[in-house]
Amino acid sequence: MKKESILFLFLGVFWGLMGVVYWFWSRDVTGAVMLAGSVFLGLIPGLYLYYWYRRSGYHLRAEDRPDASIEEGAGVIDAFPDNSIWPMIFAIGCMFGVLALVFGTWLAIPAIAFGLSAMIGFTAESRRGGNI
Amino acid sequence: MTDVIDRPVNLDSDDQGPVNPDHGHDHGHDHHGPSGLVKWMTSTDHKVIGISYTVTSLTMMIIGGAFAEIIRAQLVSPTSTLVSFAQYNELFTMHGSVMIYLFVGPFAFAGLANYLVPLQIGAPDMAFPRLNLLSYWLYLSGSLVMLSGFLTSGGAANFGWVGYAPLSNVTASPGSGADLWIVALMLTGFSAIFSGVNLVATIFYLRAPGMTLFRMPIFTWNMLITGILILLAFPILTGGLVMLYCDRHFGTHIFTVSGGGVPLLWQHIFWFWGHPEVYILALPMFGMVTEVFAVFSKKPIFGYRGMVFATISIGALSLGVWAHHMFTTGAVLLPFFSAMSLLIAVPTGIKMFNWIGTMWGGKVTYSTSMLMAMGFLFTFLVGGITGIYLASPPIDFFTHDTYFVVAHFHSVVMALVLGAMSAIFLWFPKMSGIMLNERLGKFQFWFLFIGTQVFTFPMYLVGLKGMPRRMAVYPNNPSWQSLNQWASVGALLIGISMVFFIVNALYSFKKRVPAGDNPWDAQTLEWYTSSPPPAHNFVSLPPIHSERPTWDYNHPDHLSLGHGDKEKAKAGS
Ligand code: HEM
Ligand SMILES: [Cu+2]
Repeated sequence: MKKESILFLFLGVFWGLMGVVYWFWSRDVTGAVMLAGSVFLGLIPGLYLYYWYRRSGYHLRAEDRPDASIEEGAGVIDAFPDNSIWPMIFAIGCMFGVLALVFGTWLAIPAIAFGLSAMIGFTAESRRGGNI
Repeated sequence: MTDVIDRPVNLDSDDQGPVNPDHGHDHGHDHHGPSGLVKWMTSTDHKVIGISYTVTSLTMMIIGGAFAEIIRAQLVSPTSTLVSFAQYNELFTMHGSVMIYLFVGPFAFAGLANYLVPLQIGAPDMAFPRLNLLSYWLYLSGSLVMLSGFLTSGGAANFGWVGYAPLSNVTASPGSGADLWIVALMLTGFSAIFSGVNLVATIFYLRAPGMTLFRMPIFTWNMLITGILILLAFPILTGGLVMLYCDRHFGTHIFTVSGGGVPLLWQHIFWFWGHPEVYILALPMFGMVTEVFAVFSKKPIFGYRGMVFATISIGALSLGVWAHHMFTTGAVLLPFFSAMSLLIAVPTGIKMFNWIGTMWGGKVTYSTSMLMAMGFLFTFLVGGITGIYLASPPIDFFTHDTYFVVAHFHSVVMALVLGAMSAIFLWFPKMSGIMLNERLGKFQFWFLFIGTQVFTFPMYLVGLKGMPRRMAVYPNNPSWQSLNQWASVGALLIGISMVFFIVNALYSFKKRVPAGDNPWDAQTLEWYTSSPPPAHNFVSLPPIHSERPTWDYNHPDHLSLGHGDKEKAKAGS
């Protein structure tokens, strides 16, 4: 995770420097604020990744080492979900949600109905490890 | 069922190569999942989602292209009445919006990226498969919402794809078409953010052993930087849209002078997203053609590290150039933005140099894919050079909002279309298991390439003569007519090229020339597995000792050595 964290940290610092130059040269609040926000976007993930790298005792994972063999990565990678209808249902809920902003609040009813059932579905599915 | 996936490791035999006939069948569990519509709606497999994204975004390209053909037909005569002024405004707005928000973006960072990134790094899927599926459905529903503007009584949005305040306020642009445009972009905005999250997480956490950052294919590298830029840029656009909506309906005055707001703020917010967005669109295509150049030159990528650092610096610098779109407002720091814009041309130039270096001295095959990539190179060069002109304020003052700008960014976006086509011809066999027809492909290339130049060059000239963009008629300047007619001829040629593409796809699916695992003798990991790959992608993985593991596996006598591996290889490991 070392290089990954350095990438983010570098970007954050770079944008910070750019933001400082920009602020003192232009005194434009809008741009300076947006650049300041971007600094956080670089630093927060960067520090988070570095934190985990440090917590692992500066351990290099098999994918970080050029000499690693495939066998070193043997074992479970992760659990991956199978088919699920809920993302679509949730997106339909979102769609009704934004349409409610355009055509009237009554559309919030299907929005909530779809959204809520999708959330319940998602949760149940994750607990069961179930299918659709 | 949730699948718990093990690393595909063959401890017993090393010879389970890609040619193994059992390939793809000895996978622990069989996947007899749903097919057809249900598969499209529910599959969390990154390959299915990637193909859904690709097909949907290409459909959007056809729709946006149809709008463009109508625009070009209208401009054939100075006093044409093919469409009304109001319709013309809707057409160029929706043409720009469909192309940028619904075609290139999703194609670039979600279509092929979804399909290829896990394959290129030896992962079984994206890190968050259900989030990925949600991304797709938000994108599709957002697209439908935006296009549904045409069905409302007031018509679709008509304030340009940039939605500048105060034109986009509720007095100047009443009607639900405008609102549909705003809320559609909220949906697609979240969709993009989720794609960005997925890309970064996948690349950080799901690489195969030995696949260090500096061995990732350049396409994957570019998608990593693209993902980071998405995370940075899209929330700002979405935030701006929320503000715009509040101004229109909740009585706030963020962008309206009357209540103490600042219209220019919208431009700052929009372009703080908008310029990184240019690279969000371009970096994926850069990555695609990089792979194409390497594959069809039978060489490793020239200057791999330089390429990576160029991508990182483009990403870093792309945040400091937004106001080059605002030079003529008279309210931005010209030297800063001009200098930063010129600076960003340097890493882009390095990439150009490296692409040429990759072809140099290689065994170049002039396949359709390679021709498209070369067409990309030329067209992007034209767009890049005129971009350097525009980055200098004295020139921009004279050309801003003329057809010169339209021509500049069409050189860029048509280059991206060529890059996209190049990628489709390269990876279609992997995605489908069958080959596209080369002959039809070459016809497509020549129509597309020549059409693009015939379309853009007259627009540069007519722009220099002063023709403003977004004009439905030009009755006082009949001398602009012939240049406009040439541009329309170019547009027609581009349109015909797309017919060749569709015919090619249909024909190839009928002919079904089998592709095999690695028809191009390509280098990266996705060509190691079968075409199309099995569920969860790999039955076995080759050792990863360089940035082109498949090549090393297939050509043990021509090892391409990864960085820092030379000594080790000499030692015989
Ligand atoms: C057949 C190919 C194409 C043709 C013939 C074409 C034609 C045009 C024309 C004539 C305009 C100017 C309209 C005006 O200002 O009155 C325009 C605007 C625009 N085009 Fe294209 N275009 C094509 C492809 C693309 C592609 C592939 C993209 C993006 C990926 C794109 C993005 C845009 C954008 C963003 C605008 C600005 C819209 C606005 O002013 O709000 N175009 N196009
Ligand atoms: Cu820009």
